Amino acid sequence: MDYFNIEYISIVTGFLLILLGLFAILTQKNIIKIVIGFSLFDTGIHIVMVSIGYIRNRTAPILDETVNIKDAANQIVDPVPQALVLTAIIIGLGVTALMLAYVLKLHKEKKSLEIQNFSDLKW
Amino acid sequence: MLKKGLILIILIAFAAIFLSLISSFNGNTELSDLGSYYAKNAPSEVGAANLVTAVVVTYRGLDTLGEVVILFLAAAIIGLLLKLSKDEKDENSRMENVRATSEILQTATKILVPVIFLFGAYIFINGHLTPGGGFQGGAVIASGLVLLFMANPNMKINHRLISFIESISGLSFVFIGILGILLAGGFLDNKIFELGTFGKLLSAGAIPLIYIFIGLKVGSELSSIVGTLNETQKEK
Repeated sequence: MDYFNIEYISIVTGFLLILLGLFAILTQKNIIKIVIGFSLFDTGIHIVMVSIGYIRNRTAPILDETVNIKDAANQIVDPVPQALVLTAIIIGLGVTALMLAYVLKLHKEKKSLEIQNFSDLKW
Repeated sequence: MLKKGLILIILIAFAAIFLSLISSFNGNTELSDLGSYYAKNAPSEVGAANLVTAVVVTYRGLDTLGEVVILFLAAAIIGLLLKLSKDEKDENSRMENVRATSEILQTATKILVPVIFLFGAYIFINGHLTPGGGFQGGAVIASGLVLLFMANPNMKINHRLISFIESISGLSFVFIGILGILLAGGFLDNKIFELGTFGKLLSAGAIPLIYIFIGLKVGSELSSIVGTLNETQKEK
């Protein structure tokens, strides 16, 4: 099997980004870097989802003059994962913005971004 | 040390899961049933050339409404969380020792920002024909606002105007959805207008209208998020 096709490259990249994001979430001390880790995790999942819907030698799910409308089902890639990823990107954006707002609030409280300074809820 | 070992174990476990997923992944050769249904029926049922738009706005329109609500909630919570008290606000307005940004940036902003806004509007009006749509266009409009903030960090945005645009477009979105129940097949059905010629700007029924409202709503929500974050970080 040929592992150098675009769908393998993109799915491996996606999983690597997920692992990188997880690594950042687990090891980083700076809260902003943890938020960036969440963002990387998100992006990795999006890439994996899009590459699962990808079909080789087919075009984007837009029925313009390059696609024969009668035979569209054999010429386009799957639109469903792309629509899901569109939703997921927006939700991810909202979550990231919310996390950054919490970071600003935390920084206002203690003038610090190091996660070990916020031990109030640690038992 | 124990913590580092645990992190390593977690990462290796995830890597093993992903490796087995990749090794069983063969690449798709056929559309899924749902995908081929959309490919066959969307041109006649919805009339949108962009199938992703057909799925997002019409077939799964209710999800999109929920998505817009989530974004609205995020913007509202950020506004509530970072709300400045009265004296903090005065203090912020007195802080004028920020170094002025370079003239290149200021001049370029004056030229580029209208073009960026226009491009965002183009993206959401053509959402049913080309790659793009309300969310992408709204994000482009908000990025123009980010450029304005970079050129002029002390700029104040008009929160009242933004929340007015946002509530009007949100209400119109829901109103079009309800019109779909009254005039066509169901909530957010786009056949309340004629479907028109496939592939033309004025086609696909209510989709361009819905995407204009989504674009305005998303653009104003993201602008208010950016504006609130910008106002709060000025405190020192």
